[in-house]
Formats: sequence, structure tokens, C-alpha cells
Amino acid sequence: MTDMLAIAADWKAAGEDVAIATVVETWGSSPRPTGSQLVVTKSGRLEGSVSGGCIEGAVAEAAIASIESGIPRLLDFGISNEQAWEVGLACGGKVKVFVEPLV
Amino acid sequence: MRSEALADLQQARAAKRPVVFATRLSDGFQCLLPSSSASAALNESAHRALSRDENATKEIEGESWFLHAYSPPVRLVIVGAVHIAQSLVPMCAPLGFDLIVVDPRRSFATEERFPNVTLMDDWPDDAMEKIAPDARTGVVTLTHDPKLDDPALDRALKSDAFYIGSLGSRKTHAARLGRLAALGHSEATLARIKGPVGLDIGAVSPPEIALSILAEFVAYRRTIGQTT
Repeated sequence: MTDMLAIAADWKAAGEDVAIATVVETWGSSPRPTGSQLVVTKSGRLEGSVSGGCIEGAVAEAAIASIESGIPRLLDFGISNEQAWEVGLACGGKVKVFVEPLV
Repeated sequence: MRSEALADLQQARAAKRPVVFATRLSDGFQCLLPSSSASAALNESAHRALSRDENATKEIEGESWFLHAYSPPVRLVIVGAVHIAQSLVPMCAPLGFDLIVVDPRRSFATEERFPNVTLMDDWPDDAMEKIAPDARTGVVTLTHDPKLDDPALDRALKSDAFYIGSLGSRKTHAARLGRLAALGHSEATLARIKGPVGLDIGAVSPPEIALSILAEFVAYRRTIGQTT
């Protein structure tokens, strides 16, 4: 089983700017369970997943923004979200993702 | 996440200490639980998360906390360093199970046949004494030899192991149950043993049998065997 936190630590040790995204809450049919993680670097490396792929882009973007601001953020994705057309979950599920820089 | 907090978490996991990594979602404050400096309510929620193996956002004392439970890996004890065990070992790695292979027969339990696996060459009853199966441990016997399988099953039945399986035909299994009953195990206790072991997928080859065993093991872990 791949350990996302080990990857995050390795990338950080290698001098990368790293952020971690974690699924903290789900409703309905969301593809990845709570605790699923995506590790992102400012340079564009990416490992793990927080969805079936539909919100990964938006989460990676927010993760990189958290590296730049140094501030963690709680993201809310779902069919009721105004972003639904761009990054809504095709499955109709809802998911909250916490993104944070590794400092 | 602070690198120091991440290092503490990884250290606890490496030491197989059950911990919860707690994140206060309003500001990103994080701590490891249980902790003497955390509130009773937080510690109590952490214990519950660990016992249920559950990652979830909880409202605690007016704040939203994400509790990420890091329990030690589920263990699978394989008695019999046989051909099917050789198929089971590589399949367990991506599933994240800790494996222990028990076989007192030196020519079977060799590092060459089982690289990077915990091997024990004790007699199964001594091995089980040391392993002390708990509610996160499964035991599968594969030797077909009553001298080795029976003592392992006897100890497994006296433990909290959540899954007990034993390879053998229906006829072999019936004889096995008779011998274990003679050791004083009740019918209800003996019903804990899955025999013939594995989900019925018509498995023929050793890898297929390994797959059917692991499928049943996962089913028990995720659904049937859930006690909390």
C-alpha cells in the first residue's frame, strides 16, 4: 500500500514545496473514502487521489495556492456547488477536502 | 502540516502504536491523540475512531475536527510455508497486511522461498503463543498436516482472531472438527473456522486459491466480522 505521507516527507526532504490534500468528509456516492490523500508539489508532481479524477485538478490548484499563502483551506465540492459545471462530481456525491502546505 | 508533526506520526506508525492524527479544520491546528495535553472529549473521540478504524470529521466542543485513525496493520498468520503461501505473500503487500509465516519445517520456511517476510520456525502452538492473535489478526492453516494445523487452530480459537481459515476438503475439514471438538471446543466455537477456506470462486491453481482466501479475509475485515 502506498504511503502518501512517506511520499510527502520524501519530496519535502528533496527540497520540493509540498502540499497535502485529504478527504475529510463525504456524502452520497463519492469514489474515495475519508482519509484518502493527494500529495502535490509546486513543481507539478502529483501522487495519490481524492476522487475518481474529477476534482483532482481543482484540488491541486488549491494545494499549490496553499503552499504560496502558507494557509490551509477546507474545500467543498459537490453538485450544489457553483463550480459544479467545472469540477462537480459526476457521480452526484459531495466531498470536503482539506488542503495544507507541509512546512 | 508541520514536518515535525508528520515525523511524529510516521514514528508512531513505524512503532505500530495506534494513533489518531487530529486536524482542527477552522485553522489547521494538528495534534496526535491520545495525548495528555488534549481534552477528555478529544481523547475519547480518538479512541472511538481507532476502535472503528474510522476516519471522520467530528464536532467536538464546538469545533470541527478531522480524526484520521492510524491503526497498526491487520495481521495475517499463515501456518504452513507451502506453495499456496508463496502465492499469498506477494498478494498481501498491496493490501497492506502484515504477514507472519509459521512453519517448523526448516526446508519449507526458508528466506529463499519467502524473502522479506516474518518467518517463525516454532511449533505452531508456541508461535501462536508469541503472536497472541488479537481482533486485528487472522489465522489461516495450509499444511494439511494435523500435527501442525490442529495446535494452531486450537490456539486461534482461544484467541480474539477475527478470521480463522483452514485449507482442506469437506471430508478433511469434518475430521479436523472432530479432533478439535475432542480438545473441548464447542460447536459454536468451531463454527468460527472457515472450511473449506476461501470464497467459492472455483479456484484451482495456488494463486487462485490464495485469491479466494484473501477475498474472504477482506470480506470478514470489512463487513461480516465487524464487531463495533
